[in-house]
Amino acid sequence: MKNVVLNNISKTYDNGMVQAVSDVSFHVNQGELFGLIGPDGAGKTSIFRILTTLLLPDGGSASVNGLDVVENYKTIRKNVGYMPGKFSLYQDLTVQENLNFFATIFNTSVKENYDLIKDIYVQLEPFKDRRAGKLSGGMKQKLALCCALIHRPTVLFLDEPTTGVDVVSRKEFWDMLKRLKQQGITILVSTPYMDEATLCERIALIQTGSIMSIDTPENIITQFPENLFAVRSDNMGNLLHDLKKAKIIKSCNAFGAYHHVTFRDVSPEVKEKLIRVLEEKKHTNIELKPVTPTIEDCFIYLMEK
Amino acid sequence: MDTVIHTNKLTKRFGDFIAANEITFDVYRGEIFGFLGANGAGKTTAMRMLCGLSTPSSGTATIAGFDIYKQAEEIKKNIGYMSQKFSLYEDLTVLENIRFFGGIYGLSDRQLKEKSEQLIETLGMKSEVKKMVGSLPLGWKQKLSFSVAILHEPKIVFLDEPTGGVDPVTRRQFWDLIYEAVDSGITVFVTTHYMDEAEYCNRISMMVDGEIKALDTPAKLKQQYSVTSMDEVFYELARGAKRSE
Repeated sequence: MKNVVLNNISKTYDNGMVQAVSDVSFHVNQGELFGLIGPDGAGKTSIFRILTTLLLPDGGSASVNGLDVVENYKTIRKNVGYMPGKFSLYQDLTVQENLNFFATIFNTSVKENYDLIKDIYVQLEPFKDRRAGKLSGGMKQKLALCCALIHRPTVLFLDEPTTGVDVVSRKEFWDMLKRLKQQGITILVSTPYMDEATLCERIALIQTGSIMSIDTPENIITQFPENLFAVRSDNMGNLLHDLKKAKIIKSCNAFGAYHHVTFRDVSPEVKEKLIRVLEEKKHTNIELKPVTPTIEDCFIYLMEK
Repeated sequence: MDTVIHTNKLTKRFGDFIAANEITFDVYRGEIFGFLGANGAGKTTAMRMLCGLSTPSSGTATIAGFDIYKQAEEIKKNIGYMSQKFSLYEDLTVLENIRFFGGIYGLSDRQLKEKSEQLIETLGMKSEVKKMVGSLPLGWKQKLSFSVAILHEPKIVFLDEPTGGVDPVTRRQFWDLIYEAVDSGITVFVTTHYMDEAEYCNRISMMVDGEIKALDTPAKLKQQYSVTSMDEVFYELARGAKRSE
């Protein structure tokens, strides 16, 4: 079953001057962990707000649990959980008060669904009497997730839950999502961090309101059409400059300790040719090796296509 | 080597809580210095002290040659600051923002005119000068806001997560700007959550629970922890952290 379906959804702002979402279609299967991967301004939040019935699309249709987002908004709201990108709980209520409040709004109690949030809530428990506004970033994130889950939603919408969060907390958060998925909850999550894409079952790469690719992360990587190489030398700044000027190089991007390049020519001699070019430019300790593309390589390729 | 930042046992206490605990390090002229740490490790507190915005509880430091206790105002004139959260005024135009910040940093009218023309030219923003900054794409805003932060040719520029949320191509263009600034003699002090960007720094410090737990070049840190990426170095160091903001 498809829990979330979007058919040619479009959204503009400022009387049509700003095209935030343009002709977006995808679906999320029941129990799937689906990622919307793209930078700020790609249209991720508009899509979330349309699906959570908080914003009307200009064109196209969308449904959640088989219910139309415009016609059946009241029913949808009872059955989905939404964690917005901006912290939106009551800052002047305590941890426990926020949780009780959201449970009550949905006609349930914390006790009734405690098993679902238990793993996350135990980490918050020492601070249960602290006001939400006084919590740390990581703790706010955990509380917001608990509040989005407390009515046992069938679909969970998480808009950039890990933005601005350090590597360790990000890893913990993704571990939590995997456990929720095991409970059968369908999860649509967005992130600007390309490295998080591989933690989803399927992903959509989105840029300036349009979807560039939808598939499993593995398939998107397999579809990268070029042979990709990693290059380094002792002077990485000059190397980047020289690679960009080299005629045999098609694309060149800095990637941490290495630069990633593709060649214009696929002949086996290109590697030796490049090393010769770089040696002429006085580069030392040159290393050139084939590498598997990352999602970020694919994203850049699709953006520049 | 010229030292532009020198700290010795710099400490900040809030009541019983020690946000930054005896941090000691030097940053050299023309360096890109990566200031990393988990959320709540004390990075913001340390940065606020280095910018002359917060008085330390104990320890000493000089920034661009000025004493952190006695010459905080001089420090502010000799540094630039940019963060993703606070950058430009959205409801002022591109030109108004440049003039406003240039004015704040003490440029004369003539310098302002000269500098703003030059800047608009290099950024290729001629047709955008009269547009509200709020209407520009995020990538442009960030490039503009960085350029504005170094308009007065500071000795050091502090960048607090400058590339958060931008697309991978713009993120790399932003680093080209950082390299240009370094070539012109500006020292760059930068925080980031992108570990590939940690690799672009000459040296990295890692803060955990208010203390600097590691400081070296990315290559040496990876060697020291016997790992292949900065991601793993970060994870090894930060996972033992007791506090999270």
